[in-house]
Amino acid sequence: MSYHPNAILRRARLARVLLFASFVALGGAFFRAQVLQNAEYVLQSENNRLREVPLPGARGTIYDRHGEVIAENLPGYSVSILSPTEDSLRSALTTLSKVIQIDSAQQELAVRRFRRARTRPAVIFNDASFQVVSVLEERRVEFPGLIIQSSPKRYYPDGAAMAALIGYTGEIAEDDLSKPKYESYKAGQQVGKTGLELQYEAQLRGKEGRRFVEVDARNRVVRDAGVRPEEQPEAPPALRTNIDLDLQRFAHEYFGDSLRGAVVALDPKTGGVLSLYSAPSYDINKFIGGVSSSFYESLRVDPHRPLVNRALSGTYAPASTWKLATAIIGMELGLVTMETRMQTPCTGGYYYGRVFKCWDKRGHGDVTLAQAIAKSCDVYFYQLGLKIGLTRLLAGGVSLGFRDSTGVDLPNERTPRWPESTAYFDKRYGARGWNRSVVLSLAIGQADNAQTPLSMARFYSAMATDGMAPTPQVVMRDPERKQILNLDKAQLASIQLALADVVSRGTAAGAQIQGLTIAGKTGTAQVNGQLDNAWFVGYAPANDPKIVVAIIIEEGLHGSTAARAATKMMERYLKTRLTMTAIVND
Amino acid sequence: MAGISVLRRQSIDVPLLVIALLLTGFGIAMVFSAGQIDSPTPIIENAWKRQLGWFGAALMATWIISRGSVRLIEWSAWPLYALSCTLLLLVLFVGTGAGTAASVKGWLSIGGVRIGQPAELAKLATTLMLARVLAAQRESIRSLMDLWRPLLVVGVPWLLVMAQPDLGTGIVFIGICFAMLFWAGVPWPLLLLLASPGISLVLAFSTGIWGAWFLILVALVLWYRPYLLEGVVIVLMNVIMGGVAPILWDKLKPYQQKRLLVFLDPNVDPQASGYHVTQSKVAIGSGGLFGKGFTLGSQKRLKFLPERHTDFIFSVVGEELGFIGVSIALSLFLALFLRTTRVASRANDAFPSLVAFGLVSAWFVHVMVNVGMTLNLMPVTGIPLPFFSYGGSFLLVSWTAVAVLLRISAEGRGQPDAIGL
Repeated sequence: MSYHPNAILRRARLARVLLFASFVALGGAFFRAQVLQNAEYVLQSENNRLREVPLPGARGTIYDRHGEVIAENLPGYSVSILSPTEDSLRSALTTLSKVIQIDSAQQELAVRRFRRARTRPAVIFNDASFQVVSVLEERRVEFPGLIIQSSPKRYYPDGAAMAALIGYTGEIAEDDLSKPKYESYKAGQQVGKTGLELQYEAQLRGKEGRRFVEVDARNRVVRDAGVRPEEQPEAPPALRTNIDLDLQRFAHEYFGDSLRGAVVALDPKTGGVLSLYSAPSYDINKFIGGVSSSFYESLRVDPHRPLVNRALSGTYAPASTWKLATAIIGMELGLVTMETRMQTPCTGGYYYGRVFKCWDKRGHGDVTLAQAIAKSCDVYFYQLGLKIGLTRLLAGGVSLGFRDSTGVDLPNERTPRWPESTAYFDKRYGARGWNRSVVLSLAIGQADNAQTPLSMARFYSAMATDGMAPTPQVVMRDPERKQILNLDKAQLASIQLALADVVSRGTAAGAQIQGLTIAGKTGTAQVNGQLDNAWFVGYAPANDPKIVVAIIIEEGLHGSTAARAATKMMERYLKTRLTMTAIVND
Repeated sequence: MAGISVLRRQSIDVPLLVIALLLTGFGIAMVFSAGQIDSPTPIIENAWKRQLGWFGAALMATWIISRGSVRLIEWSAWPLYALSCTLLLLVLFVGTGAGTAASVKGWLSIGGVRIGQPAELAKLATTLMLARVLAAQRESIRSLMDLWRPLLVVGVPWLLVMAQPDLGTGIVFIGICFAMLFWAGVPWPLLLLLASPGISLVLAFSTGIWGAWFLILVALVLWYRPYLLEGVVIVLMNVIMGGVAPILWDKLKPYQQKRLLVFLDPNVDPQASGYHVTQSKVAIGSGGLFGKGFTLGSQKRLKFLPERHTDFIFSVVGEELGFIGVSIALSLFLALFLRTTRVASRANDAFPSLVAFGLVSAWFVHVMVNVGMTLNLMPVTGIPLPFFSYGGSFLLVSWTAVAVLLRISAEGRGQPDAIGL
């Protein structure tokens, strides 16, 4: 073995070279991680330490035409938990349930929310009561990861009157999260589910803010404030509607708990929706913060179907209210004027292969078109229908817009049913399964004709004004109108006069209002297995229409019943009209 | 001072002592910082105080040892070696686990109190014993058979340590063995032949790479021309190692397999073993150039970083003091090693020279493996960082080594050295 100084020095030199090389390599590795890749590691370290807690933004306030609040936000609280794993969430929920009431369904929901977004706090209560919050605040130390924060909650001061119009909000559904429309949404956020809340989601949705909490390796919150500047949520500008809240309340009171049906009130010149109500209704406030399954189930199985918005999804045979369409088609074709009489006077029925009855068995005698409208004589319109002929009647109905939805700014509007041509009957009943006598039924608004109260209101708006049908608009914006009547001024005036006669001395005479001229038309529609539906569509004042009302009362027996309700609404609206306050929609 | 020390003042290796003191001070500061976490336990919070206590004891021991002589140290090699082997044997039957090595029976405890790891003492004792054996071997070494004594000296404690099983310490023993053989002048081809079965074992996981290595080995054997029997045995050993590697792999405990796999790819096990390494890298990387500030590392504070005051203490340095702090710590280690190498090269005899170099190599392996582990450059083996990691017996042994080096330096030749630190 050689321990000669020179040999040792040689080895020492080699050892030094190896030492230097190793340390340079090690230093290089640290330089790369700490200097060159610093940014990416900083990000990872921040992601480890910070958890984003969403600060829900208040939704936009919704006002009626006079600036009264329809939908607002109240201070509320949400309770959520940050958990590292599903197991720890479950055990936290078990511990929590010893202190506050959490049923198993809520627990499962919280777990599902956790699975959807593991780094976000899993919401337990979207809308916790003050009592729950104070209990939890007191014992906060026992629940690491518990996050209690203010979360504005939706409130509808007239919730029970607003179901058909405003709809409600709720937590975004799992299936919706994958839709492109909701790509900017995260699980757990509130979203409009029906009605105006759904239609104007983009405008009503508040900008969610963010705050950050610091968590440790076990995902326990160790610092709750001052971790990083908060981003405050922002509320969007308010939405100004055409609704007249007072009228809406009136409709709600009128229908009460016993009547079923719907009412739509429009401003005939602009199409502004003054009121839109469907009965039975329900309190939409019960949907806020998560609807209880028992309440929802009771609505779902209710035989009177409160969840159906009858004003725009309910289609009914329009009955005699549709006779004006037959009259207009006849006038447009030059077949009749208001003075025209038919070949066969009314004796209570009309024979066309079989007897077609008039609603008044006593008969109306030999009447002009104007009288036939006022008395709602079926026999006159049977003959007018035959005169027009099936093909032209169908085409006329199409051009009057009875096949089109109105384009109202609310979701789920149902397209009315009106046959486009005879091919419809061939398809539906088979080529030999029907005959031309169907034109008699169609002429009086029966058979294959199903209209929504909204579509009827739109049609009457055109008659009340200058023949132009407006698009119904809940939210105020520039009116859109479309010419649907091809009548000259005189013809239109004669129609309006005939409609005024219906109320002054016709079928709706019992619905007159002192000091108010009202025009309109009643209708009584037969429904298989049910009592007759009562219709009235009309407008007031007759000489300068400011409101059109279409109302249907299911099993209301006779149109005059509906007329009384409608004229009361008109009176209410016209007598309490206020000047508008200046809130403008962006 | 003059009255206390029998050493002449100028014979104290001041740079060596200062470097060791700086490293220890740095280390205790980091142990203090490691205790500064959200919701700490008193045990962790006060670890630095205990470490300081151990340091006091270590300084006393250093003072006593440095007053002895190299001759005394040489004499003590045998008894120390015997004692440490006995303790290693004992620990296999009555040992307990701790920390990252909870499943390793490495600790001796009396009445539930852990009093230390015999493996730490064994490193020092084996270094001394190996130096004795190599220094006594006067004929030059030409074959592997000539190495039976030194290999036996290292082999016994190594097998006992591997039986715990403590892979990390096993690596340190191998490092000491090869470094000291190199220092003793064993020719490099012989060292390579000696290492070849181990290299085969590692490379056996890829048949192609192992094949290439085998060809190189055969060429080396033909060129170096060892004894025929020896050459054949070496080649056979390599073939066997290549063959048994998969079997040995199955013999490893699942957590050891995991650690090796994680070393190759931390994403293999991101939730457990991989998690440690990943979080350590995040801590170091996010420290940047200047660090997040002393005691302010979020990865440490929020317990994302595991084993903060023991195995992964260097990650705390990286996170809180940044690349600057890391550079200072590494520079101190490098300075210590260069200084110690200088002590080894200037020793006045083979024994002290070999001891000094053995100690350098032990430290070197520790630093490389531990620091490398924090950046996933090395597998996680759970070996501590000298002067930094919290632990009494390890600090004590490290400072005993410093004391031995101070003694060797004091008795060394006064000849100028090439490095001039």
